Amino acid sequence: MNEKRSYIKELLRNPFGGSACLILLLLYLIAILAPFLAPYEPSDQDLKKTYHPPTKIYWHSARFVVARYKNVDPSSATYKVIEGEFCPLKWFVHGYAYRLLGIFPSDIHLFGVEKPDRVYLLGSDNTGRDVFSRLVYGSQVSLSIGLIGVSITMILGLLIGGLSGYYGGWFDNVVMRLTEFLMAVPALYLLLALRGIFGVKFSSAQVYFLIVIILSFIGWSGFARVIRGLVLSLRSQTFVDAAIVLGQSSIKILLKHLLPNLASYLLVSAALSIPGYILGEAALSFLGLGIQEPSASWGLMLAQAQDMKVFMLNFWWLLTPGIAILITVVAFNMLGDVLRDLVDPKFRIYQTKRG
Amino acid sequence: MTGPTVSSPLLSVNSLKVYFPIRKSLFGRSKEWVKAVDDISFTIKEGQTVGLVGESGSGKTTIGRTIVRLQDPTSGSILYEGKPIHNLSQKQFRPYRKKIQMIFQDPHNSLNPRLTIESILREPLDIHFPGMEKKQKKEKIVELLEKVGLSAEHLYRYPHEFSGGQRQRIGIARALAVGPKLIICDEPVSALDVSVQAQIINLLMDLQQEFNLSYLFISHDLAVVEYLSDYVLVLNKGRIVEEGTPEEIYKHPKDAYTKKLIASIPSI
Amino acid sequence: MLLQVEDLHVHFLTQSGEIPALRGVSFSIEKAESVAIVGESGSGKSVTALSLTKLLESPPAIYKKGKILYEGVDLLSLSQKELRKYRGGEIAYVFQEPSTSLNPVYSIGFQLLEAIELHQPHLKDKKSVGLEVLQKVGIVDCQMVWKSYPHELSGGMQQRVMIAMALLCKPKLLVADEPTTALDVTIQAQILELFAKIQKDLAMSVLLITHNFGIVKGFSDRVVVMFRGQVVEEGPTEKVIYSPTHPYTKALIDCVPRLGEKGKRLRAIDYSLIESSLNL
Repeated sequence: MNEKRSYIKELLRNPFGGSACLILLLLYLIAILAPFLAPYEPSDQDLKKTYHPPTKIYWHSARFVVARYKNVDPSSATYKVIEGEFCPLKWFVHGYAYRLLGIFPSDIHLFGVEKPDRVYLLGSDNTGRDVFSRLVYGSQVSLSIGLIGVSITMILGLLIGGLSGYYGGWFDNVVMRLTEFLMAVPALYLLLALRGIFGVKFSSAQVYFLIVIILSFIGWSGFARVIRGLVLSLRSQTFVDAAIVLGQSSIKILLKHLLPNLASYLLVSAALSIPGYILGEAALSFLGLGIQEPSASWGLMLAQAQDMKVFMLNFWWLLTPGIAILITVVAFNMLGDVLRDLVDPKFRIYQTKRG
Repeated sequence: MTGPTVSSPLLSVNSLKVYFPIRKSLFGRSKEWVKAVDDISFTIKEGQTVGLVGESGSGKTTIGRTIVRLQDPTSGSILYEGKPIHNLSQKQFRPYRKKIQMIFQDPHNSLNPRLTIESILREPLDIHFPGMEKKQKKEKIVELLEKVGLSAEHLYRYPHEFSGGQRQRIGIARALAVGPKLIICDEPVSALDVSVQAQIINLLMDLQQEFNLSYLFISHDLAVVEYLSDYVLVLNKGRIVEEGTPEEIYKHPKDAYTKKLIASIPSI
Repeated sequence: MLLQVEDLHVHFLTQSGEIPALRGVSFSIEKAESVAIVGESGSGKSVTALSLTKLLESPPAIYKKGKILYEGVDLLSLSQKELRKYRGGEIAYVFQEPSTSLNPVYSIGFQLLEAIELHQPHLKDKKSVGLEVLQKVGIVDCQMVWKSYPHELSGGMQQRVMIAMALLCKPKLLVADEPTTALDVTIQAQILELFAKIQKDLAMSVLLITHNFGIVKGFSDRVVVMFRGQVVEEGPTEKVIYSPTHPYTKALIDCVPRLGEKGKRLRAIDYSLIESSLNL
């Protein structure tokens, strides 16, 4: 009963943990392979095919074919299938050039159709851009912002909270008052105020980093407080005293004795706070303060869907980024919950036998 | 201390006081103090065991912690081989960490749960013998394990895989690693079953013989202290109420508190 | 006969399979008798104590086999709901760590009242009952203790409060699981004295669980010695201590430190010797 427990095995064996891992793995694969999976560039417009519904794909003479549509009423964007007319759906076609992972040059795409026909798996938006392609590209922003944001927050929180808890004194006092101030201001207003300080004239990449930094700046305070508390309680454990008596330096005590004991908490809290970053980015982009056109992000796409026409004419496909956000957030929360149950010390007491 | 002093003391503690502030006034000045250790003096000679008996709140643990500088003294002096060590900075005190080691009470908390036994025992070697080769270190670690009654097969296990008694053995091996002359034993057997207690006490006696160690043995159990000590100090509320050889103390206790302690010892 | 445990087998489900904790434990407790179970950690003494009213969470604990007859009723066959009548009311517990057994945010008085409310809701003057029971456990300044919070009391005081709570419903059997291990020696002596006095005054049965033969002598009428989930010896305390028949019992008695034996080695237990005599 005293074997070292394999958390990964237990995590995957748990039905919720396993499916959360699977979903997240898929999502991140999609983000990494976005240029390969997306048939069009996210900014690729076709003004003749605005608000195009998802194209029908069917099996015809031993291959997949894509139906052709005719715009019946341009004012209300009503499309009708032209019976008997179609174009073949091709696999591994040559399209626009890209660099996979920013390194490997290629122009192969998983699927596509010959120009001027277009395939819209999830319809098109108000300028005829492929929603599926934008969704896939948008995942890069939404999924990476969580990871990078959490990493920065954790480093900040660990550094500030750790030092605060280990050394205490005036530094601790100043830091804790600062975190209290940050936590007292409602997050959304702080987010908007911070974003407001900087202008709007930034390139997409600059805006991306700005968002990450702002989100991390808001996030670190709560995190640092928890780390401080944990370090304080670990600090009073006898093994830390033992290390001091052995003559170990403070920095090594922090790294060797305190940090590894925080690892499980860090993991859980990372998984549970990533959704906050994804939603934060979505909120900023939704309000027009985040990722700018023509780049794609899920929040930005939702903002564009916020149009009377969408609701009146039932362009449901424009709401798919919302579903993507929902799935991602739920998956991360599920993963965090399962992880927390696994590393919860109570769970371990349950396992030890009493004399 | 009574009796002729044959050799000069290894450690001498002179009118040691450790006060803790309980309430602070508006300007951070402390108004009230808890006198955890109040004017304590004693000496430990080479190869000798001094027992420190007292109940919780008697200040016995604070004395031990002050000697290894986990706690700063309020006043008084601590001399190691005649040299004052109570006023050194942590950096200046570092060489003395090789001479003075400590064994802790709670075997569940005194080993880092995330480290293997091998890395727990390698830490003191890394700190004090940086020049030692990897292979040499490993040999030394195995030797230490064997000294405390464990073996090389335990190297790569984690603390939770061991019983309380075994963990205490690992704690003893860690203290021995640097080759100390004095070990502060802070209630090393209080958290253990009586049967395991006997094993650990025997081990401590064997090691003392082999390495000519001096012990400051802190415990709330007079019967245990008596087994190993050459000289016993009875502590109550931060003060020494009685001191003497174990025989003197248990045969002719003078102080009322000592008498009460002796009467409370469960006996067969 | 108040309680009779017959051939009790309890197993634990762990990751490496089922592990037996108790392997056929049998003993009995008469009315107004005090019995001690002595054993090392891992001997199954606490498991035995907790099994009496099925306090072990199940799973991982599995009650495999055996009977626990309390006044003729087999407690093992009862549901958790039916057992609630027995817990506290008939069989009460006192545990090792008084500081964790009391809720730190409520005053002692509040917690006592709550316990009275639970078991005797129709009582008129609940406070005087509470104060009375505090007096019974040797607390002189009842009014003060009534108003205090757990952290304001010493370990010995906290344990007295725990005993008072256990006594509230006038149980017939008090199970004390290492009640003095966390306490100083002088306090330990006082608490043991208190147990003995209560037991006599209330004609109550006491089951003391301990690893130390030293505290058994002069306290309990009979001793049950446990080793690796089995009872290896049972008998009147004096007889077991002065003429133990089992080598393990003898070893366990020998390792208790005695005054006036300075410099001698303590007699540690030689397990290989015992195992060979046990045929496990």
